[in-house]
Amino acid sequence: MSDRHVVRGMIALPVLAGLGVLLFWGLSGLPPFGNYHGQYGHLINTIALPQRHTTNAVTAVVFDYRGFDTLGEEFILFAAVIGVVMLLREESSEGRSRPDEVTSDQLRLIGALAVGAIFVVGLWLIAFGFVTPGGGFQGGVVIAGAVLLVYLTQGHRPWRRFATEHALDPFEGLGVGTYVAVGLGAAIAGAPFLHNFLGPGKAGTLVSGGSMPFLNWGTAIEVAAANLVLYTEFLQHYLEPLGPKERG
Amino acid sequence: MNFLAYGVAGWICLVGLYGVITSRNLIHLALCLSVMQSSTYILLLSIGYRHGGGAPIFKGVKLGTRSVDPIVQSLTLTDVVVSVTVMGLILALALDVHKEAGSIDPDKLAELSG
Amino acid sequence: MVHVPAALQALVLVLAALLATAVVLSRNTLRQIVVNGMYGLLLVIVFLVLQAPDVALSMLVVSTVAYPLIVLAAISRSRNGKLTDRDREE
Repeated sequence: MSDRHVVRGMIALPVLAGLGVLLFWGLSGLPPFGNYHGQYGHLINTIALPQRHTTNAVTAVVFDYRGFDTLGEEFILFAAVIGVVMLLREESSEGRSRPDEVTSDQLRLIGALAVGAIFVVGLWLIAFGFVTPGGGFQGGVVIAGAVLLVYLTQGHRPWRRFATEHALDPFEGLGVGTYVAVGLGAAIAGAPFLHNFLGPGKAGTLVSGGSMPFLNWGTAIEVAAANLVLYTEFLQHYLEPLGPKERG
Repeated sequence: MNFLAYGVAGWICLVGLYGVITSRNLIHLALCLSVMQSSTYILLLSIGYRHGGGAPIFKGVKLGTRSVDPIVQSLTLTDVVVSVTVMGLILALALDVHKEAGSIDPDKLAELSG
Repeated sequence: MVHVPAALQALVLVLAALLATAVVLSRNTLRQIVVNGMYGLLLVIVFLVLQAPDVALSMLVVSTVAYPLIVLAAISRSRNGKLTDRDREE
Protein backbone atom coordinates (compact mmCIF):
# COMPACT_ATOMS: atom_id res chain seq x y z
CA MET A 1 0.00 0.00 0.00
CA SER A 2 2.69 2.46 0.90
CA ASP A 3 4.71 2.15 -2.30
CA ARG A 4 1.57 2.86 -4.29
CA HIS A 5 1.33 6.13 -2.43
CA VAL A 6 4.98 6.94 -3.02
CA VAL A 7 4.62 6.24 -6.73
CA ARG A 8 1.55 8.42 -6.87
CA GLY A 9 3.41 11.23 -5.17
CA MET A 10 6.33 10.87 -7.56
CA ILE A 11 4.08 11.06 -10.62
CA ALA A 12 2.08 13.95 -9.18
CA LEU A 13 5.05 16.26 -8.66
CA PRO A 14 6.18 16.73 -12.29
CA VAL A 15 2.57 17.00 -13.46
CA LEU A 16 1.89 19.66 -10.85
CA ALA A 17 5.08 21.43 -11.85
CA GLY A 18 3.89 21.54 -15.46
CA LEU A 19 0.47 22.76 -14.36
CA GLY A 20 2.18 25.34 -12.19
CA VAL A 21 4.18 26.69 -15.11
CA LEU A 22 0.97 27.14 -17.10
CA LEU A 23 -0.77 28.72 -14.13
CA PHE A 24 1.97 31.22 -13.39
CA TRP A 25 2.33 32.07 -17.06
CA GLY A 26 -1.39 32.81 -17.14
CA LEU A 27 -1.28 34.84 -13.93
CA SER A 28 1.59 36.95 -15.21
CA GLY A 29 -0.74 38.36 -17.85
CA LEU A 30 -2.77 40.16 -15.23
CA PRO A 31 -2.11 43.84 -14.52
CA PRO A 32 0.48 44.24 -11.74
CA PHE A 33 -0.74 44.11 -8.16
CA GLY A 34 -2.33 47.38 -7.16
CA ASN A 35 -3.06 48.72 -10.63
CA TYR A 36 -6.68 47.80 -10.95
CA HIS A 37 -8.15 49.52 -13.98
CA GLY A 38 -11.67 48.14 -14.03
CA GLN A 39 -14.21 50.82 -14.79
CA TYR A 40 -17.20 49.00 -13.33
CA GLY A 41 -15.79 48.98 -9.81
CA HIS A 42 -14.91 52.64 -9.96
CA LEU A 43 -18.40 53.41 -11.25
CA ILE A 44 -20.10 51.50 -8.42
CA ASN A 45 -18.00 53.31 -5.84
CA THR A 46 -19.11 56.69 -7.15
CA ILE A 47 -22.82 56.02 -7.72
CA ALA A 48 -23.81 53.61 -4.93
CA LEU A 49 -24.20 56.38 -2.39
CA PRO A 50 -26.13 58.90 -4.53
CA GLN A 51 -28.36 56.29 -6.17
CA ARG A 52 -29.22 53.91 -3.36
CA HIS A 53 -28.16 55.91 -0.30
CA THR A 54 -26.04 53.11 1.13
CA THR A 55 -22.59 53.94 2.42
CA ASN A 56 -21.44 50.32 2.13
CA ALA A 57 -20.81 49.72 -1.55
CA VAL A 58 -20.22 45.98 -1.10
CA THR A 59 -23.68 45.43 0.39
CA ALA A 60 -25.23 47.45 -2.40
CA VAL A 61 -23.50 45.20 -4.93
CA VAL A 62 -24.52 41.99 -3.13
CA PHE A 63 -28.19 42.86 -2.74
CA ASP A 64 -28.95 45.29 -5.52
CA TYR A 65 -26.57 45.50 -8.44
CA ARG A 66 -25.81 41.77 -8.33
CA GLY A 67 -28.89 40.60 -6.48
CA PHE A 68 -29.50 37.74 -8.85
CA ASP A 69 -26.15 36.16 -8.02
CA THR A 70 -27.05 36.25 -4.35
CA LEU A 71 -30.26 34.41 -5.11
CA GLY A 72 -28.20 31.71 -6.80
CA GLU A 73 -25.86 31.47 -3.80
CA GLU A 74 -28.82 31.10 -1.47
CA PHE A 75 -30.09 28.23 -3.53
CA ILE A 76 -26.68 26.56 -3.34
CA LEU A 77 -26.93 26.85 0.44
CA PHE A 78 -30.46 25.44 0.39
CA ALA A 79 -29.55 22.49 -1.83
CA ALA A 80 -26.41 21.60 0.12
CA VAL A 81 -28.33 21.56 3.40
CA ILE A 82 -31.01 19.37 1.84
CA GLY A 83 -28.26 16.97 0.82
CA VAL A 84 -26.80 16.88 4.32
CA VAL A 85 -30.22 16.31 5.86
CA MET A 86 -30.97 13.47 3.49
CA LEU A 87 -27.68 11.78 4.28
CA LEU A 88 -27.48 12.25 8.01
CA ARG A 89 -30.94 12.62 9.44
CA GLU A 90 -32.31 9.45 10.96
CA GLU A 91 -35.22 8.48 13.14
CA SER A 92 -34.76 9.95 16.55
CA SER A 93 -33.36 7.37 18.90
CA GLU A 94 -33.35 8.03 22.58
CA GLY A 95 -30.33 5.90 23.34
CA ARG A 96 -27.40 8.19 23.84
CA SER A 97 -23.99 6.67 24.05
CA ARG A 98 -22.22 9.73 25.43
CA PRO A 99 -22.88 11.65 28.65
CA ASP A 100 -23.42 15.24 27.63
CA GLU A 101 -24.14 17.45 30.61
CA VAL A 102 -22.36 20.66 31.54
CA THR A 103 -21.69 20.47 35.23
CA SER A 104 -19.90 23.74 35.88
CA ASP A 105 -22.18 26.54 37.05
CA GLN A 106 -19.75 29.30 36.15
CA LEU A 107 -19.60 28.05 32.58
CA ARG A 108 -23.35 28.04 32.33
CA LEU A 109 -23.65 31.57 33.71
CA ILE A 110 -20.97 33.07 31.52
CA GLY A 111 -22.35 31.14 28.56
CA ALA A 112 -25.82 32.54 29.09
CA LEU A 113 -24.47 36.10 29.18
CA ALA A 114 -22.24 35.51 26.17
CA VAL A 115 -25.05 34.04 24.07
CA GLY A 116 -27.17 37.12 24.62
CA ALA A 117 -24.33 39.50 23.81
CA ILE A 118 -23.26 37.68 20.67
CA PHE A 119 -26.85 37.45 19.49
CA VAL A 120 -27.22 41.21 19.79
CA VAL A 121 -23.94 41.74 17.95
CA GLY A 122 -25.23 39.50 15.16
CA LEU A 123 -28.46 41.45 14.89
CA TRP A 124 -26.52 44.71 14.81
CA LEU A 125 -24.27 43.42 12.05
CA ILE A 126 -27.30 42.51 9.97
CA ALA A 127 -29.25 45.70 10.57
CA PHE A 128 -26.38 48.10 9.91
CA GLY A 129 -25.09 46.25 6.88
CA PHE A 130 -25.84 49.20 4.67
CA VAL A 131 -23.93 51.71 6.76
CA THR A 132 -20.80 49.95 8.03
CA PRO A 133 -19.23 46.57 7.16
CA GLY A 134 -21.79 43.86 7.74
CA GLY A 135 -24.84 42.46 6.09
CA GLY A 136 -27.00 39.37 5.95
CA PHE A 137 -24.23 36.84 5.41
CA GLN A 138 -21.91 38.02 8.17
CA GLY A 139 -24.66 38.54 10.74
CA GLY A 140 -26.31 35.22 9.85
CA VAL A 141 -23.23 33.16 10.65
CA VAL A 142 -22.68 35.12 13.88
CA ILE A 143 -26.22 34.32 14.99
CA ALA A 144 -25.72 30.65 14.13
CA GLY A 145 -22.56 30.75 16.23
CA ALA A 146 -24.43 32.29 19.14
CA VAL A 147 -27.07 29.55 19.09
CA LEU A 148 -24.32 26.92 18.88
CA LEU A 149 -22.80 28.46 22.00
CA VAL A 150 -25.97 27.40 23.81
CA TYR A 151 -25.06 23.79 23.14
CA LEU A 152 -21.45 24.29 24.16
CA THR A 153 -22.13 25.99 27.46
CA GLN A 154 -25.52 24.71 28.58
CA GLY A 155 -25.47 21.09 27.53
CA HIS A 156 -27.54 19.00 25.20
CA ARG A 157 -31.03 19.34 26.62
CA PRO A 158 -31.46 23.14 26.39
CA TRP A 159 -30.06 22.98 22.87
CA ARG A 160 -32.58 20.39 21.77
CA ARG A 161 -35.39 22.37 23.24
CA PHE A 162 -35.30 24.91 20.48
CA ALA A 163 -32.92 23.62 17.80
CA THR A 164 -35.29 20.92 16.62
CA GLU A 165 -36.02 20.11 13.04
CA HIS A 166 -39.55 21.45 13.27
CA ALA A 167 -38.28 24.85 14.37
CA LEU A 168 -35.38 25.29 11.97
CA ASP A 169 -36.64 23.93 8.68
CA PRO A 170 -39.45 26.47 8.27
CA PHE A 171 -37.04 29.33 8.96
CA GLU A 172 -34.79 28.28 6.15
CA GLY A 173 -37.68 28.15 3.73
CA LEU A 174 -38.90 31.48 5.04
CA GLY A 175 -35.57 33.11 4.27
CA VAL A 176 -35.37 31.98 0.66
CA GLY A 177 -39.07 32.63 0.18
CA THR A 178 -38.73 36.24 1.34
CA TYR A 179 -35.99 36.87 -1.17
CA VAL A 180 -37.96 35.42 -4.07
CA ALA A 181 -41.16 37.15 -2.95
CA VAL A 182 -39.50 40.57 -2.89
CA GLY A 183 -38.11 39.95 -6.34
CA LEU A 184 -41.48 38.86 -7.63
CA GLY A 185 -43.08 41.87 -5.98
CA ALA A 186 -40.95 44.07 -8.17
CA ALA A 187 -41.97 42.03 -11.20
CA ILE A 188 -45.65 42.35 -10.34
CA ALA A 189 -45.22 46.12 -10.02
CA GLY A 190 -44.13 46.23 -13.64
CA ALA A 191 -40.38 46.49 -13.12
CA PRO A 192 -37.75 43.82 -13.85
CA PHE A 193 -37.29 40.95 -11.38
CA LEU A 194 -35.46 42.08 -8.21
CA HIS A 195 -35.65 45.73 -9.20
CA ASN A 196 -35.25 48.08 -6.25
CA PHE A 197 -38.70 49.57 -6.08
CA LEU A 198 -38.93 51.39 -2.76
CA GLY A 199 -37.69 54.90 -2.03
CA PRO A 200 -33.99 55.04 -1.15
CA GLY A 201 -34.33 56.69 2.25
CA LYS A 202 -31.69 58.64 4.13
CA ALA A 203 -28.07 57.56 3.79
CA GLY A 204 -26.25 56.51 6.93
CA THR A 205 -29.35 55.42 8.83
CA LEU A 206 -31.25 52.17 9.11
CA VAL A 207 -33.84 53.29 6.61
CA SER A 208 -31.75 53.29 3.48
CA GLY A 209 -31.41 51.26 0.36
CA GLY A 210 -35.00 50.89 -0.81
CA SER A 211 -36.16 47.28 -0.89
CA MET A 212 -32.72 45.97 0.06
CA PRO A 213 -33.37 45.60 3.83
CA PHE A 214 -36.01 42.95 3.10
CA LEU A 215 -33.57 41.00 0.99
CA ASN A 216 -30.96 41.55 3.69
CA TRP A 217 -33.10 40.10 6.48
CA GLY A 218 -34.34 37.25 4.30
CA THR A 219 -30.75 36.31 3.55
CA ALA A 220 -29.75 36.57 7.21
CA ILE A 221 -32.57 34.28 8.35
CA GLU A 222 -31.75 31.79 5.65
CA VAL A 223 -28.01 31.73 6.32
CA ALA A 224 -28.51 31.38 10.09
CA ALA A 225 -31.09 28.62 9.72
CA ALA A 226 -29.07 26.69 7.13
CA ASN A 227 -25.93 26.82 9.26
CA LEU A 228 -27.88 25.73 12.34
CA VAL A 229 -29.45 22.80 10.51
CA LEU A 230 -25.95 21.77 9.41
CA TYR A 231 -24.56 21.98 12.95
CA THR A 232 -27.57 20.15 14.37
CA GLU A 233 -27.25 17.28 11.93
CA PHE A 234 -23.56 16.85 12.64
CA LEU A 235 -24.03 17.07 16.40
CA GLN A 236 -26.87 14.57 16.38
CA HIS A 237 -24.80 12.26 14.23
CA TYR A 238 -21.92 12.62 16.66
CA LEU A 239 -24.10 11.79 19.64
CA GLU A 240 -25.98 8.78 18.37
CA PRO A 241 -24.62 5.25 18.88
CA LEU A 242 -22.32 3.70 16.31
CA GLY A 243 -23.58 1.31 13.65
CA PRO A 244 -22.32 -2.25 13.24
CA LYS A 245 -19.85 -1.63 10.43
CA GLU A 246 -18.41 1.48 12.03
CA ARG A 247 -17.11 -0.30 15.07
CA GLY A 248 -14.14 -1.41 13.02
CA MET B 1 6.12 42.59 -5.16
CA ASN B 2 4.15 43.17 -8.31
CA PHE B 3 3.16 39.57 -8.75
CA LEU B 4 3.72 38.17 -5.27
CA ALA B 5 0.02 38.02 -4.45
CA TYR B 6 -0.81 36.14 -7.64
CA GLY B 7 2.15 33.83 -7.08
CA VAL B 8 0.98 33.06 -3.55
CA ALA B 9 -2.53 32.30 -4.78
CA GLY B 10 -1.17 29.98 -7.48
CA TRP B 11 1.15 28.26 -5.00
CA ILE B 12 -1.68 27.63 -2.52
CA CYS B 13 -3.86 26.20 -5.28
CA LEU B 14 -1.12 23.80 -6.38
CA VAL B 15 -0.34 22.75 -2.82
CA GLY B 16 -4.00 22.04 -2.18
CA LEU B 17 -4.20 20.01 -5.37
CA TYR B 18 -1.17 17.98 -4.29
CA GLY B 19 -2.93 17.28 -1.01
CA VAL B 20 -6.06 16.12 -2.81
CA ILE B 21 -4.07 13.78 -5.08
CA THR B 22 -2.00 12.12 -2.37
CA SER B 23 -4.61 11.99 0.35
CA ARG B 24 -5.22 8.85 2.37
CA ASN B 25 -8.21 10.07 4.30
CA LEU B 26 -11.42 11.55 2.96
CA ILE B 27 -11.53 14.20 5.70
CA HIS B 28 -7.98 15.30 4.92
CA LEU B 29 -9.12 15.52 1.29
CA ALA B 30 -12.03 17.78 2.19
CA LEU B 31 -9.76 20.17 4.08
CA CYS B 32 -7.31 20.31 1.19
CA LEU B 33 -10.26 21.22 -1.05
CA SER B 34 -11.04 24.09 1.27
CA VAL B 35 -7.41 25.24 1.01
CA MET B 36 -7.81 25.31 -2.78
CA GLN B 37 -10.95 27.41 -2.36
CA SER B 38 -9.11 29.89 -0.17
CA SER B 39 -6.53 30.42 -2.90
CA THR B 40 -9.30 31.75 -5.13
CA TYR B 41 -10.30 34.23 -2.44
CA ILE B 42 -6.77 35.61 -2.26
CA LEU B 43 -6.57 35.83 -6.06
CA LEU B 44 -9.88 37.67 -6.37
CA LEU B 45 -9.11 40.18 -3.66
CA SER B 46 -5.64 40.92 -4.92
CA ILE B 47 -6.98 41.54 -8.43
CA GLY B 48 -9.29 44.23 -7.09
CA TYR B 49 -6.69 45.99 -4.96
CA ARG B 50 -5.56 49.52 -5.77
CA HIS B 51 -2.47 51.14 -4.28
CA GLY B 52 -3.43 53.71 -1.69
CA GLY B 53 -7.05 52.59 -1.78
CA GLY B 54 -9.20 52.18 1.30
CA ALA B 55 -12.17 49.93 1.95
CA PRO B 56 -15.26 50.68 -0.20
CA ILE B 57 -17.22 52.08 2.76
CA PHE B 58 -18.08 55.76 2.52
CA LYS B 59 -19.48 56.70 5.91
CA GLY B 60 -17.64 59.79 7.01
CA VAL B 61 -15.36 59.44 4.01
CA LYS B 62 -15.72 61.80 1.11
CA LEU B 63 -17.19 60.23 -2.00
CA GLY B 64 -14.53 59.88 -4.62
CA THR B 65 -11.63 58.92 -2.37
CA ARG B 66 -9.54 56.14 -3.78
CA SER B 67 -10.93 52.75 -2.83
CA VAL B 68 -10.60 49.15 -3.85
CA ASP B 69 -13.04 47.25 -6.00
CA PRO B 70 -16.29 46.23 -4.27
CA ILE B 71 -17.44 43.66 -6.81
CA VAL B 72 -14.77 41.04 -6.14
CA GLN B 73 -15.44 41.49 -2.43
CA SER B 74 -19.09 40.68 -2.92
CA LEU B 75 -18.21 37.51 -4.84
CA THR B 76 -15.75 36.43 -2.17
CA LEU B 77 -17.95 37.02 0.84
CA THR B 78 -20.89 35.01 -0.43
CA ASP B 79 -18.49 32.27 -1.45
CA VAL B 80 -16.96 32.05 2.04
CA VAL B 81 -20.30 31.47 3.71
CA VAL B 82 -21.56 29.01 1.12
CA SER B 83 -18.39 26.92 1.19
CA VAL B 84 -19.13 25.82 4.77
CA THR B 85 -22.32 24.07 3.76
CA VAL B 86 -20.74 22.51 0.69
CA MET B 87 -17.90 21.22 2.89
CA GLY B 88 -20.56 19.86 5.24
CA LEU B 89 -22.11 18.00 2.33
CA ILE B 90 -18.74 16.49 1.39
CA LEU B 91 -18.11 15.40 4.99
CA ALA B 92 -21.61 13.92 5.20
CA LEU B 93 -20.84 11.89 2.07
CA ALA B 94 -17.57 10.73 3.66
CA LEU B 95 -19.41 9.66 6.79
CA ASP B 96 -22.00 7.80 4.75
CA VAL B 97 -19.21 5.95 2.95
CA HIS B 98 -17.68 5.09 6.30
CA LYS B 99 -21.00 3.72 7.50
CA GLU B 100 -21.33 1.48 4.45
CA ALA B 101 -17.76 0.39 3.90
CA GLY B 102 -16.16 0.70 7.30
CA SER B 103 -13.17 2.60 5.98
CA ILE B 104 -12.39 6.19 5.11
CA ASP B 105 -9.38 5.57 2.90
CA PRO B 106 -10.01 6.52 -0.76
CA ASP B 107 -7.84 3.65 -1.99
CA LYS B 108 -9.72 1.00 -0.08
CA LEU B 109 -12.93 2.30 -1.59
CA ALA B 110 -11.71 1.54 -5.08
CA GLU B 111 -12.30 -2.15 -4.40
CA LEU B 112 -15.98 -1.80 -3.64
CA SER B 113 -18.27 -3.71 -5.90
CA GLY B 114 -21.99 -3.57 -6.46
CA MET C 1 -5.57 57.62 0.80
CA VAL C 2 -4.73 54.67 2.99
CA HIS C 3 -1.09 53.76 3.09
CA VAL C 4 -0.49 50.04 3.70
CA PRO C 5 3.23 49.20 3.81
CA ALA C 6 4.22 46.82 1.07
CA ALA C 7 6.41 44.92 3.52
CA LEU C 8 3.37 44.10 5.66
CA GLN C 9 1.45 42.82 2.66
CA ALA C 10 4.36 40.71 1.48
CA LEU C 11 4.94 39.27 4.96
CA VAL C 12 1.31 38.32 5.46
CA LEU C 13 0.99 36.74 2.02
CA VAL C 14 4.15 34.67 2.44
CA LEU C 15 2.92 33.50 5.85
CA ALA C 16 -0.37 32.46 4.24
CA ALA C 17 1.53 30.38 1.67
CA LEU C 18 3.56 28.70 4.43
CA LEU C 19 0.54 27.92 6.59
CA ALA C 20 -1.37 26.52 3.63
CA THR C 21 1.53 24.14 3.00
CA ALA C 22 1.41 23.18 6.68
CA VAL C 23 -2.32 22.44 6.45
CA VAL C 24 -1.83 20.09 3.53
CA LEU C 25 1.20 18.37 5.02
CA SER C 26 -0.50 17.59 8.35
CA ARG C 27 -1.56 14.02 7.88
CA ASN C 28 -3.16 13.60 11.30
CA THR C 29 -6.65 15.04 10.83
CA LEU C 30 -6.91 16.39 14.38
CA ARG C 31 -3.73 18.36 13.94
CA GLN C 32 -4.93 19.47 10.54
CA ILE C 33 -8.13 21.02 11.79
CA VAL C 34 -6.25 23.06 14.39
CA VAL C 35 -3.77 24.30 11.79
CA ASN C 36 -6.70 25.07 9.52
CA GLY C 37 -8.18 27.25 12.26
CA MET C 38 -4.94 29.20 12.47
CA TYR C 39 -4.83 29.46 8.68
CA GLY C 40 -8.33 30.90 8.75
CA LEU C 41 -7.30 33.55 11.26
CA LEU C 42 -4.31 34.46 9.15
CA LEU C 43 -6.60 34.77 6.14
CA VAL C 44 -8.71 37.23 8.13
CA ILE C 45 -5.59 39.37 8.54
CA VAL C 46 -4.81 39.01 4.82
CA PHE C 47 -8.29 40.20 3.96
CA LEU C 48 -7.95 43.18 6.29
CA VAL C 49 -4.61 44.14 4.78
CA LEU C 50 -6.21 43.97 1.34
CA GLN C 51 -8.92 46.40 2.56
CA ALA C 52 -11.88 43.99 2.63
CA PRO C 53 -13.58 44.17 6.06
CA ASP C 54 -16.80 42.49 4.93
CA VAL C 55 -15.00 39.38 3.76
CA ALA C 56 -12.89 39.33 6.94
CA LEU C 57 -16.04 39.36 9.10
CA SER C 58 -17.55 36.35 7.37
CA MET C 59 -14.30 34.38 7.31
CA LEU C 60 -13.76 34.98 11.03
CA VAL C 61 -16.80 33.09 12.25
CA VAL C 62 -16.68 30.46 9.54
CA SER C 63 -13.16 29.24 10.08
CA THR C 64 -13.10 29.32 13.87
CA VAL C 65 -16.58 28.03 14.71
CA ALA C 66 -18.18 26.22 11.80
CA TYR C 67 -15.30 24.28 10.32
CA PRO C 68 -13.87 22.80 13.55
CA LEU C 69 -17.33 21.71 14.65
CA ILE C 70 -18.26 19.72 11.57
CA VAL C 71 -14.77 18.32 11.01
CA LEU C 72 -14.39 17.20 14.63
CA ALA C 73 -17.79 15.50 14.56
CA ALA C 74 -16.77 13.74 11.35
CA ILE C 75 -13.36 12.72 12.73
CA SER C 76 -14.94 11.29 15.84
CA ARG C 77 -17.35 9.16 13.86
CA SER C 78 -14.69 8.00 11.43
CA ARG C 79 -12.43 6.88 14.26
CA ASN C 80 -15.16 4.65 15.66
CA GLY C 81 -16.06 7.00 18.42
CA LYS C 82 -12.59 7.66 19.80
CA LEU C 83 -10.81 10.94 19.37
CA THR C 84 -7.66 10.11 21.31
CA ASP C 85 -6.28 7.54 18.95
CA ARG C 86 -2.64 8.39 18.68
CA ASP C 87 -0.03 6.85 16.42
CA ARG C 88 -2.48 6.25 13.65
CA GLU C 89 -1.54 7.80 10.36
CA GLU C 90 -4.99 9.19 9.74
